Amino acid sequence: MKMTKPFRVGLFSLLGLTGLVLSLGLAWAQSERTSDIVLKILGTSRPKIALPDLRGTGAALDLMPVLNQTLYTDVEMSGVFKVQPKSMYPLQVPQRREDFRPPEGNRYGNGLYLRDWSQPPVEANWLAVGYAAEQSGRLVLFGYLYNVNEPDLANAEVFGKMYYGSLDDAGARAVAHEFANDILKQFGSRTLAGTRIFFVSNRTGNDEIWSMNFDGTEQKQFTQLRALTLMPAISPDGSLLAFTTFAEGTPKIRVYSAETQQRKPFVNAVASMNATPEITRDNQHIYFSSTADGKSTQIYTAGINGAGMRRLTYSGAVEVSPRVNPKTGADILFVSDRGGTPQIYKMNADGANAERLTEGTGEAHNPAWNPDGETMAFAWSRGYEPGNYNIFIMDTISRQYTQLTYGSGRNENPWWSPDGRRLVFGSNRNGQSQIWTMLADGTQVQQLTSSGRNRMPVWSVK
Amino acid sequence: MRKKYVVLSLLAIALLLFVTGCKKKIPAPAPLPPPVVAETKPAAPTIATFVAEPSSIDRGQSSTLRWVVEGADEVSINNGIGTVMASGTRQVFPNNTTTYVLTARNAGGSVTRSVTVNVNVPPPPAPEKPPAPVASLQERVNQLVDAYFDYDKFGIRLDASSALTQDADALKSIFRDFPSASLILGGYCDPRGSAEYNMGLGDRRARSAMEFLSNLGVDTSKLRPVSYGKEVQTCSEATESCYQMNRRVHFATGN
Repeated sequence: MKMTKPFRVGLFSLLGLTGLVLSLGLAWAQSERTSDIVLKILGTSRPKIALPDLRGTGAALDLMPVLNQTLYTDVEMSGVFKVQPKSMYPLQVPQRREDFRPPEGNRYGNGLYLRDWSQPPVEANWLAVGYAAEQSGRLVLFGYLYNVNEPDLANAEVFGKMYYGSLDDAGARAVAHEFANDILKQFGSRTLAGTRIFFVSNRTGNDEIWSMNFDGTEQKQFTQLRALTLMPAISPDGSLLAFTTFAEGTPKIRVYSAETQQRKPFVNAVASMNATPEITRDNQHIYFSSTADGKSTQIYTAGINGAGMRRLTYSGAVEVSPRVNPKTGADILFVSDRGGTPQIYKMNADGANAERLTEGTGEAHNPAWNPDGETMAFAWSRGYEPGNYNIFIMDTISRQYTQLTYGSGRNENPWWSPDGRRLVFGSNRNGQSQIWTMLADGTQVQQLTSSGRNRMPVWSVK
Repeated sequence: MRKKYVVLSLLAIALLLFVTGCKKKIPAPAPLPPPVVAETKPAAPTIATFVAEPSSIDRGQSSTLRWVVEGADEVSINNGIGTVMASGTRQVFPNNTTTYVLTARNAGGSVTRSVTVNVNVPPPPAPEKPPAPVASLQERVNQLVDAYFDYDKFGIRLDASSALTQDADALKSIFRDFPSASLILGGYCDPRGSAEYNMGLGDRRARSAMEFLSNLGVDTSKLRPVSYGKEVQTCSEATESCYQMNRRVHFATGN
């Protein structure tokens, strides 16, 4: 059969067009699906904020880099806003309410008109300004938040407050945290300042538990066991820290006060291994994996002191990493290879109704509940060679998932920030494993550690 | 016949008369007084004292025997000492616990008394090591071979089965030569799975090997399974040959 040339061209165009439409449709469907979970966590639209560097006078001048960095980190890491790039800001930055001018006609106010900040190129919805000075030997910060979409200057000011602190770096950080917290409170959130991350570091030569502030500052050694110590778990209220240690030769669980660093009584089951602890939100129970049956690693629960041990799974497979729903306490995520490869399962708190959440492809590890009790983060090798994990998040009800990292080395052990908007995780993308954070949409990727090998982070509310 | 009896009787009377007549006629010499000794037996001798000072010694030290005997003609002590004075002392160097017997004699008899010198023998020198296990426990354990596994598996492969069969014989011999030995059977994983999951997988590998060894008659109560997950790596390259080196069970000494 002979085809005329125009017909052939037409047919191929049609085929090509169909392909294009199909792929566009798939891409659209994919992006639609992925954004659902992220939007659920981060909100439908993130307001844009302009955050120009604040200026200081006198003795406050030297403290401004610390103050501005702290303010920026708090606001940006909250994930509440999209922080507009500083390079787009006008040349003149108002420092107090008296600096703003009522707009004249269609002219550009060089930063002194509110609309200079709402129109391109800044295109912000909100503007935080202020300045710092020394007053009677103390540091004082004047902080203002403006709604720059509000045409009336009188109505645009959301708040203007003064913050007092000591005249040093600590004071600068303190006033910046307070200002950031007041900004975030307007949007139903709060700063992560005061939250801590516990992690495993080998920088002393042994793997030990360490802690640091949410922004990577003040890295401190928590355990001094001089033995392989790993898999920290923090109670939802931040008061108890459990972990696994080889201090007695075989893997055993220990429970400590996260605040006083005092060891709490915990009797381990007679087993070759007790590991991957998890503390319930009432601080009364612990879930863990154990070889107490002398055959395989199964999920158990016990009182916070180890008494009253009860077995929850009977699969005979390798089952680890139980994670109790922080909102309901009613269901448990865990890793099992009962289906052949390690995948993530969910079961009732009593061990009943286990069901697989991940598809069965690749290997899935490290489940972590979002504080919302619905979304989980986990490490999955789906689409990559074994061992090359990426961070995914999944709605445990609809089982829709989205991928947050893409093949930059090995990304694992995700853990949610207390506000549920960020993730901390371990990644060897730059060589050795280090602790990183990112927003729940995969942006704002920041490295928090650089000394030694650092892994297995957990984020504590305090 | 009757005359015969009369004659004999007369003769006997005459003889009797003769004899008695003679006695009076010839004065007999004064009889010798009977010997005193023969007449009253003397008392047996008395051992007033027979002691060893000290009565307990270490081997190589001496003890002094001291005795006092009364009324003896002859005093002797056995064990090669022989006749001694009625009272005296004698230093003795017994090698082992020895009982000395003192015998005192006279015409009236003999008496004995014994005394024992206890000799504390020093503990014997450590017995020589049995010649069979020339190698130390550590050296013997170092000769045990690792058994290897497939990725994310704990089943015993053919090569692992021959390795463990070889180990089984060696283990039996080790436990025979070192009856109190207890070994660690460590389970290890390559670095690709998660640390948490690999803790469980390593334990599975150790238990899998233990079961295999048990079926070959090894006393596995002397083996302790310990999972090191992926926390201890023998090889750190990201190659399959290196991964394979890490997927293993390995024997070590330890409690």
